[in-house]
Amino acid sequence: MSGLTLQNVTKQFGTFTAVRNVALTVPHGTFVCLLGPSGCGKTTLMRMVAGLDLPTEGEIRLDDKDITNVPTHKRDLGMVFQSLALFPHLTVGENIAYSLRIRGAGKDEQKKRVDELLSMIHLSGYADRPVAKLSGGQRQRVAIARALAISPKLFLLDEPLSALDAKLREAMQVELRQLQQRLGITTIVVTHDQREAMTMADTVVVMNGGEIRQAAPPVDIYRRPADTFVADFIGMTNLLDFKADGTGATVLGASIPGLVVPNGLASGIVSVRPEDVHLTVPGNAPITGTVIFIRDLGGTIETFVEAAGKQIVAVSVPNARPDVAVGQSVGIALDPADCVVLKS
Amino acid sequence: MRREAPQKLTDYAPLAFPAGMLIVFFVVPFATMIAVSFFRRDPAGFYSPDFVFDNYARFLSLFFGKVLGFSLFLAVAVAICCVVIALPFTYLLSRTKRRTQVLWLVALLSVLSLSEVIIGFAWSTLFSRTAGITNLLVMLGIMSEPIALNPSFGAVLTAMVYQALPYTVLVLYPALVRLDPTLTEAARTLGASPLKAFFTVVVPALRNTVVATLIMVFIFALGSYLLPQILGRPQHWTLSVLITDQAIYQSNMPFAAAMAVFLVLVTLGLVALTVYAGRKGEAA
Repeated sequence: MSGLTLQNVTKQFGTFTAVRNVALTVPHGTFVCLLGPSGCGKTTLMRMVAGLDLPTEGEIRLDDKDITNVPTHKRDLGMVFQSLALFPHLTVGENIAYSLRIRGAGKDEQKKRVDELLSMIHLSGYADRPVAKLSGGQRQRVAIARALAISPKLFLLDEPLSALDAKLREAMQVELRQLQQRLGITTIVVTHDQREAMTMADTVVVMNGGEIRQAAPPVDIYRRPADTFVADFIGMTNLLDFKADGTGATVLGASIPGLVVPNGLASGIVSVRPEDVHLTVPGNAPITGTVIFIRDLGGTIETFVEAAGKQIVAVSVPNARPDVAVGQSVGIALDPADCVVLKS
Repeated sequence: MRREAPQKLTDYAPLAFPAGMLIVFFVVPFATMIAVSFFRRDPAGFYSPDFVFDNYARFLSLFFGKVLGFSLFLAVAVAICCVVIALPFTYLLSRTKRRTQVLWLVALLSVLSLSEVIIGFAWSTLFSRTAGITNLLVMLGIMSEPIALNPSFGAVLTAMVYQALPYTVLVLYPALVRLDPTLTEAARTLGASPLKAFFTVVVPALRNTVVATLIMVFIFALGSYLLPQILGRPQHWTLSVLITDQAIYQSNMPFAAAMAVFLVLVTLGLVALTVYAGRKGEAA
């Protein structure tokens, strides 16, 4: 199968295991985001794909060839570093042409390709500028163009947008995704920003403690998290203890009929997204709570409710603004279909 | 932080001390030396104040021209050898563990504590026929019988490189430690082997540091006058040796001063040329 395959990849630094037994398949042309908190092993995993670190155990295959021990410079990849790592002694054009020059391409060929790439990143005419004279966003684009100069088999980006301000970052996310789709290049991005991952990826790989917790399309990650870590890490969620009863489960002291609990699971946790928590008149719903705080962000309203000693967040849009005030008693309705049952 | 230009005379006060030191220990002696270089030598005694160009005229001969040429050549060779050895070494050192780095740096610093005389005699022993390194090669069966490696140009060069190498490493070290390691990694992902990455990224990125180091070692090597005498033949003597000879053994202060002034001028000229070439290369 063409694409990238990782089999039981483990990386140890001394006694510390940075990446543990990771198996992952990235089909040709897909966009994968490695997402996780800092220290979760996502950067180490990418560095092993790039060959900058060698796995302690396991195998990495690219287009059906074992590349586990192939040195970095023979892997034909393009990588964008967090620090961008643009060569300070070269101009924009020379930076982009570096990989072509190393491979012995002629001057004309280099120039042609540089012009092509510069127009792709909307920086035509910048070839002779020193990189120090560029803005953050422009440098970002040059780093991307440099990595793409040889049309690599694999495009790797390590926290590529973290140095940019919020507005520019959002714009670059869209741009990067469009670029990837146009080129159809297999791409892996390391990020700790879930919005970034959700915006760009075909598959989001959530990692924690050196292991993959879930690898799935963004919507699945959000709607059907595999465990409490993923549910909590992606977006806001309410994690509530439940106990199975005959017809469904008891959550916050109230029975929710119709909640499907897998056989043999007596208790666990349900994850309910804040937008799935419906606030009503008390008595109209099985659970009753007290409003303790309202955060009105304009676009969304977050209502914090305390019920059975737990704090629950409900999010609503302005049109559906709940008619409540702090201190007031409210009913909480949960649709069993919106509750994701997880092991505790 | 914005720095304001000094406004009042008192704002310049902090400069007084370094300026005073420079005047007392550099400007005054150097001015004296320039003055002496125009004096007339008194064969009976020392020298008498005068304004003659004899000393400079005497210097403009084939013999002294050759010595000057050799001195500059030797200093350039030492500078190039030092940088060529020290740059890869320091680069690898800067990538090792902190402990290893400290050990190496302490070892290099201890070389600095050796005097030129000790270095000279140590190498002359090492290069000798009776106790030198060739004996080891004979033991290993590489050579048939031990030979003396000094006096020779190679011996002078080796000892001078040995003496200047710690300085070279210490000057290059901070720049290499500060060099972003992802630059080489980026070069490798772009298809450069580690060796190619070193020559296409590390060396050019440190261009200014390398030029500054070359100039420093060059000037350091120009002043060496003991090692060429201990390890070289007379044709390997540098201008510094002749200056010492004239000043101390021939008691010809004016001529020694003239040679020293000339050496300083030539050195400054070469340094200026290097800096100018560096600037130009950067703009291109």
